[in-house]
Amino acid sequence: MKQSASLPRTILAPVLLGVLAVALWQLAVVALEIKPFVLPSPVSIATEFSSSVSSVWTSSLVTGANALIGLLIGAIVGIVAAIIATVLPITDELSAPLVAAASVIPIVALAPVLYTMFGADKETARQLVAALAVFIPVYLNTLRGLRQARPVHRDLMRAYGASSWQATRAVTLPGAVPFLFIGLRIASSLAVISALIGEYFGGPIGGLGKSITSAAASSNYSLAYAYVLGAIILGLVFYVVTLGLEKIVSPHRAPSTGP
Amino acid sequence: MSTEPAASGQTVAQGQPVASARPAAVSVAGVGKVFASRKGTDVTALEAVDLTIAPGEFVSLIGPSGCGKSTLLRLIADLDTPTSGSIEVFGKTARQARIDQAYGIAFQQAGLLPWRTVRANIELPLELHKVGKADRAARSSELLALVGLSDFADKYPDQLSGGMQQRVAIARSLAESPGLLLMDEPFGALDEMTRERMQTELVRICAETGAAVVFVTHSIPEAVFLSNRVVVMSPRPGRIRDIIAVDLGRAEGRDEGLREADGFFEAVVAVRESLHGESAGAPAARGVDIR
Repeated sequence: MKQSASLPRTILAPVLLGVLAVALWQLAVVALEIKPFVLPSPVSIATEFSSSVSSVWTSSLVTGANALIGLLIGAIVGIVAAIIATVLPITDELSAPLVAAASVIPIVALAPVLYTMFGADKETARQLVAALAVFIPVYLNTLRGLRQARPVHRDLMRAYGASSWQATRAVTLPGAVPFLFIGLRIASSLAVISALIGEYFGGPIGGLGKSITSAAASSNYSLAYAYVLGAIILGLVFYVVTLGLEKIVSPHRAPSTGP
Repeated sequence: MSTEPAASGQTVAQGQPVASARPAAVSVAGVGKVFASRKGTDVTALEAVDLTIAPGEFVSLIGPSGCGKSTLLRLIADLDTPTSGSIEVFGKTARQARIDQAYGIAFQQAGLLPWRTVRANIELPLELHKVGKADRAARSSELLALVGLSDFADKYPDQLSGGMQQRVAIARSLAESPGLLLMDEPFGALDEMTRERMQTELVRICAETGAAVVFVTHSIPEAVFLSNRVVVMSPRPGRIRDIIAVDLGRAEGRDEGLREADGFFEAVVAVRESLHGESAGAPAARGVDIR
């Protein structure tokens, strides 16, 4: 109810701001005669984007496939690891330092090492980088969700004389789903970023990352920005699809409700 | 003020089941509860509590914070175990009674599962105990009608007001037709208007189901309006100070008019005086917390 009333406002305001910013950008580039290698104008980027839309599309497919494979692997491993850590707390204690370390290392820094491990002509290294980046937020959030059972629900399950498996199925697992999706939402953008940045460190050409570097290297700055625009759209698609999935799977469970 | 149970025919001696008489709904004998704290200073939550509740009787536990009234309820529910003494529910140990689903329970928080519809929430205990789908649906429809939420069966908890959520929680506690209802400040988080309406409804529901009720509250008028007996407790250590019989007639006769009846005020004063010790005289009764 409240949402629909403010819908025009929530959409219109940011769009207006965006249009204004782009207009100012264009004005600044033209008026201040900024060189294209410093900052191309939005118009030239848009022109370049529309003329090379097919190559942006194919590049996006390559990077997007890597990100998707990484997202799936990382999410599955993260969820399974979180369940194991909940059932056997000892595994959590053992892995805690490792997870803490992994969450502060920039995962993409591993890319050069992975290229030598799996071969520079394969996409495997990029997918693994994405999977590793995805694993951390999915694991941590799912683990948190699994431990989130509210005392009142725990009391209820005991009052019903429910077995621990029944309690897990009725309360713990469904209760963790919103937290899992918080992790997935963070992970969906991370997957795209990691797969793309992973390309900067080597591996086969064809992805968005490689296209950006090669366009920039050949002084085709507008084209480089067109690929960046493609990367932004790809990241948005991943995020929005995850968000949509969340809305479909759990329309009535905002994790913020209740203490 | 008598500390003996009101004369209502429950004379079953503890530990001696009499075949002909129904066992007491709840029988608490010499119960104490000590919480061990980390610093080694143990906290005595309850001490030497004796209480017998007859089948179908409505008993409120009232007292200041920290008097152990919620602890006592949790012990009866076997959510905690007493340090000393024994608790029987319908002649069985508290643990066995819990496993046999001899009681239904409701808390201050409705504690509904947000991903289940109202109907699925009410059916939860039935589902856990392997009741068939058709029977579940029939029972939940009955209960939805009982709490006046038939039109909301397919809504989700976040689409309901606090009072409605609490009604769902009460319906859920009644799902398995228990002979005993344990309620821990179920209306504590509701506004005054909703609260009074819920009290009237609870009186009606109890009359219809014939369940005994143990009702924890910190509102004097609420305790008096609902109960056959009000158990006044004192803190540190928690013990029963007084048991006050409230004779306001059977549940069917309790309605809004009762809240303004003389008998109601007299009982409120009696409970209040007991709560505040002997000092509170009749004039002070004007300042009674009519909530």
